[in-house]
Amino acid sequence: MHKVYHRIERITGSVITVKAEGVSYQELAQVKSPRGVSLARVIRIDKDMVDLQVFEGARGVSTDSQVRFIGKPMEIPFSESLLGRVFTGSGEPRDNGPRIEENPVEIGGPSVNPSKRIVPRNMVRTGIPMIDVFNTLVVSQKLPIFSIAGEPYNQLLARIALQAEVDVIVLGGMGLKYDDYLYLRDFLEENGALSRSVMFVHTASDPIVESLLVPDVSLAVAEKFATEGKNVLVLLTDMTNFADAMKEIAITMEQIPSNRGYPGDLYSQLASRYEKAVDFDTAGSITILAVTTMPGDDVTHPVPDNTGYITEGQFYLRKGRIEPFGSLSRLKQQVNGDTRSDHRTIMNTMIQLYASFKETLEKESMGFRMSAWDQKLLKYGVRFEKEMMDLTVNISLEKALDLGWQILADYFEPEETGIPTKMIQEYWPKKEG
Amino acid sequence: MASIGKITGVNGNLIRVEFSGPVIQNEVAYAALSSGVKLKCEVIRIRGDYAELQVFEDTTGLKAGDPVEFTGELLSVELGPGLLTQVFDGLQNPLPRLAEESGFFLERGKYLQALDREKKWSFTPKAKSGDKLTAGETLGVVPEGIFEHRIMLPFKLRGVYTVESVVPAGDYSVEETIAVVLDADGQKIPVQMLQTWPVKLPIKHYAERLKPTEPMVTQQRIVDTFFPVARGGTYCIPGPFGAGKTVLQQLTSRYADVDIVILAACGERAGEVVETLVEFPELHDPRTGKSLMERTLIIANTSSMPVAAREASVYTGVTLAEYYRQMGLNVLLLADSTSRWAQALREMSGRLEEIPGEEAFPAYLESVIASFYERGGVVRLKDGSVGSVTIGGTVSPAGGNFEEPVTQATLKVVGAFHGLSRERSDQRRFPAINPMDSWTKYEGIIPSEKVQIAHQILSMGVDVNQMMKVVGEEGTSMDDFITYLKSEYLDAVYLQQDAYHDIDAASSSERQKYLFDKIYEILMTSLSFKNKEEARSFFLKLTQITKDWNRVEFESSEFKELEAQVFKSVLEVSIHA
Repeated sequence: MHKVYHRIERITGSVITVKAEGVSYQELAQVKSPRGVSLARVIRIDKDMVDLQVFEGARGVSTDSQVRFIGKPMEIPFSESLLGRVFTGSGEPRDNGPRIEENPVEIGGPSVNPSKRIVPRNMVRTGIPMIDVFNTLVVSQKLPIFSIAGEPYNQLLARIALQAEVDVIVLGGMGLKYDDYLYLRDFLEENGALSRSVMFVHTASDPIVESLLVPDVSLAVAEKFATEGKNVLVLLTDMTNFADAMKEIAITMEQIPSNRGYPGDLYSQLASRYEKAVDFDTAGSITILAVTTMPGDDVTHPVPDNTGYITEGQFYLRKGRIEPFGSLSRLKQQVNGDTRSDHRTIMNTMIQLYASFKETLEKESMGFRMSAWDQKLLKYGVRFEKEMMDLTVNISLEKALDLGWQILADYFEPEETGIPTKMIQEYWPKKEG
Repeated sequence: MASIGKITGVNGNLIRVEFSGPVIQNEVAYAALSSGVKLKCEVIRIRGDYAELQVFEDTTGLKAGDPVEFTGELLSVELGPGLLTQVFDGLQNPLPRLAEESGFFLERGKYLQALDREKKWSFTPKAKSGDKLTAGETLGVVPEGIFEHRIMLPFKLRGVYTVESVVPAGDYSVEETIAVVLDADGQKIPVQMLQTWPVKLPIKHYAERLKPTEPMVTQQRIVDTFFPVARGGTYCIPGPFGAGKTVLQQLTSRYADVDIVILAACGERAGEVVETLVEFPELHDPRTGKSLMERTLIIANTSSMPVAAREASVYTGVTLAEYYRQMGLNVLLLADSTSRWAQALREMSGRLEEIPGEEAFPAYLESVIASFYERGGVVRLKDGSVGSVTIGGTVSPAGGNFEEPVTQATLKVVGAFHGLSRERSDQRRFPAINPMDSWTKYEGIIPSEKVQIAHQILSMGVDVNQMMKVVGEEGTSMDDFITYLKSEYLDAVYLQQDAYHDIDAASSSERQKYLFDKIYEILMTSLSFKNKEEARSFFLKLTQITKDWNRVEFESSEFKELEAQVFKSVLEVSIHA
C-alpha cells in the first residue's frame, strides 16, 4: 500500500527532497538510512517534489536512503499509561519503558471554539507568596516566565509543578541541558509527583526538529486530558529554544526572515500553542506556564515581545526572585476578590511600601540623610525580600496574608500604611501583652 | 459555469492549483480532501495556467492531484436582519451554532449560514408598485432589536429599477421574496431580505460623502477633550503589550455614543472575546436601557485560528459596518489588532515569494491599510439621512517601537492617533495615552483654544520634570515648580480615569465640560506657597479631593460638597489681584 522511494534529490540542513506522488501535506514518512530509521514529515509539496523535515536530522542520510510514506499525519498515543513516563519530542520512550501505541491523537489539532470557553474563575495555588498573593495564577491562564540564562527558572517550574493543585502535569522541555532534564525528572520523582506527570523532553544534544514537536505533543496530550475533565498544568521550558529551532528551519527552507532572522509567522506559531490554554465550559482546563529566556535581558527581542502580546501577563524572574514590578497576572482580578477580603489590600499596600523602600535605597546610595520613616522602610524592605520574595518561602495564601499583616505591624503604625480603617480593625495584629 | 482545477503544490496555507476555464482574482474556491471535506480558499494570484490560493483552514492532508472547485463568486458576506448580537468567525460562521454542531473544537471545513433561514421578520413595506429605485434604496423595514432595519434594493443591482410589487405587511423569512422589480429591459427580478456583498469592495450606495465634524463621545476624558475622534473618522491606538489597548477598546465599545458597535477581534486572545461575550449581555446601554449586546456584533478570529481568515475578518467587519451605515445609523468598528492582519499579509507574501519591503512586510502594505481605513466616513444617503462608520484600530508594534512599518503606514491615513506608552502604563496611569505624542485632526467637545493652553501646561510640566532630574528640586524656580505640580494635577485628575470604578470609568460630555472649566480655572489661578514642601503637600491634598469628586455622582449633593472643598482650598493659597 505505502510506496517506498529510494532516491533523495536534495539534502539541506534537516530537510530532504524526494520525488513522490500521492503524498499529502504534513504526512509522516520513515527515512531509513545507514545510520538508522527516523521519522520525517512533509512540509512542502511542489508538483512531484516533496520536502520532508527529518526529525533526527539529515546527517548521515544518503541519496539512496529509503523513504516510506505512512499515509497519516503525526499522532501521539494517548492513555493513562502515559503518566509517570518520559518521551522524546517524537514520542519515543526516553526512560527505557515500553512503547505506547494505543489510541493515537492528532497533534496541532483545531482551535477551541471561543463560545465554548468560560471566563476563568479559579486560582492555582502554588505556595509561592509572590505568585499567590501578588500575581495570582489562574486556571486556564497562559503565562511566560521571562528570565535570562543562569536564573533558576527550571527550579521554579519544578516547584510550581509539585505544589500546584492540578490533576495532571505535562512538562515539555526544549533544548534542555541534560543536567536540567535529570534535575526536573529526579525532583518530580523524589517528591512523588512523577506519577501524575508526563514529560516530553528534547535535550540540547538531540536533533533540532524534535524540539519543534515538543510543544505540540505536550499540548495535544494536555488537551486530551482536559477534554476528559482533568485540570492540566503544562510547563514548557524554554520557548526561546523552540523559536530558535523554527528560525533554523525557516532559514534552511530559504524563507524570507522578518525580524532578527525569525520567520514572519513567529507570532502565529507561538499563539497557536499558547492559545491551547483553556477552561472548557463542561470539561477540564489547561494552564500554561512557559519559560522564555530573553537574550541579553532584552524584552523587545522578537521572542519575548511576541510572547507578551499573546500571553495574559508575565513573570519576570531576576536575581532568583519574581520581580514584583514588571510581573503581571492579567487575570488576577478575576479571582483575588473572592479569596479573602484582605487579599487586595495586602497586595497593594505591601507593593507600594516596597516601591517606597526602593526609592529610599536609591536615596541612601546617593548619600542622603535617612529620616525615621526611611529607617522603617529599610527594615521593612529587607524583611519583605527575605520572607515574601525569596523563592524558598513556601506557605499557603492565607498564611502569607497573615504574615503580611505581621510584617506591616512590626514596622508601621496603622495610619502610615494608608489601609482603610475597616480593614485595620478587622486584621491589624493586636500588640501582645 | 464555474471552473475546476487540481492541486499541484502545497506550502503552508498556500496551495497552487492548475485550472481550466476562467478564474477570477479573489474568487472563492473549495479544495477537497480525500475524506470528502472541502476547505474554503481564495484566489490571490494567477499565473498562466496555474493559480495560487490561500486556504482559510489548516492544510494538513491535502495532496497534489486533489480537486479544487471554483465558485465564480468573490469572498462575500450575507447581509440581512439578524446579524446583530451574533458572534461570527472571520468568515461569518456563527460560532455558537458551530459549537452546537461540532462541540469544543472548530471542525475543519464546516461552514454554516450566517443568517437564520427559519426566523420570521415582521416586514412593513415602504416602497409601492411603480416606484423607481436604485440599489440601496428602501423597499421596506423590519424591526431588529432596537433598530429599524431597512430592507434595501440589493447593492449589486446597477441602474434604475421599477417596483412591480411589494408583499403586504406580515412575517417573512430572509429567503422569501418580498418584492419584484423590473430592470430597464422589463426583466423581472425577485428580491429577498437576504443579500450578499463581496467583503473587499466598499459599499458606495450613497448620495455623497461628508466631512466628519460631530464628535463621537467615548466618555474617556483624555480622548474626548484632548484627542477627540469624530463620527465617521478614523483613529489608531498603537502601544506595546500590557499598555492597556484592549481595556481601552472594551471601554470604548461600552460607552461610545454610537448606534452599533462591531468588534473585530483579529488575531488576539480568545479570553478577551469571551469576557465581552459574557459581560455584554449583562450590561445595560445607558442610552436605550437594553442590554449592550443588542447593539453589538462580534467577529472573533482569535490568534489560534487559521491565518488567512484573519485577513478576511477585518473586511467582514467593515462590510457589516457599511451595511448598517446604509440604514442611517452611526456604526463604530473596533479592530484589535491591525498588526496581526498585517502579519497575515506578510506570511502570505512570504509564501508567494514576493520581494519584501521593510521588515519583510509586503510593499503594498501601505495601500492596503489606507484603503481599509478609507472605508470609514460619514455619508448622506439617497433619502437624505446621514450614517457613519468610525474605525478605530489598535496596532501592536514590535518592541513597542512606533517606527515600524504598520504603525507608520497607519498614521498616514488616520485622523487621530492615541499612542500608548509603556512608561505611563507602568506608572498605572490609565488610559496610558501619551499626551505628548498623540494628536488629532478632529474638533472635540471643549473649545480648542482652552485645550491648547491645558496641553501647553502639560508639556511645560514635562520639561520642568526633565530639568529637575538634572538640577534637582533646589535648582528649580518656584514658578517652574508650581507649573510642574499643576501639570501633574491635571494629569492625575483629568487625563487619568479609574477603569474599574463605577462612576469614574465613564465621564459624560456634560460632566467633562463642567469639570474641564473648573480645572482650567484652577490652572489659571496664580498660587503662592512658602516653600516647595508646602506646595507639594497642597497639590497632593487637592489631587486627593478632586479624585474623590470624580468618584461621586454628577450634580449630587456630595458632588457639590466636594466641589466647594476643592475651591475652598484653592482660595487659601491663591494670590488675589
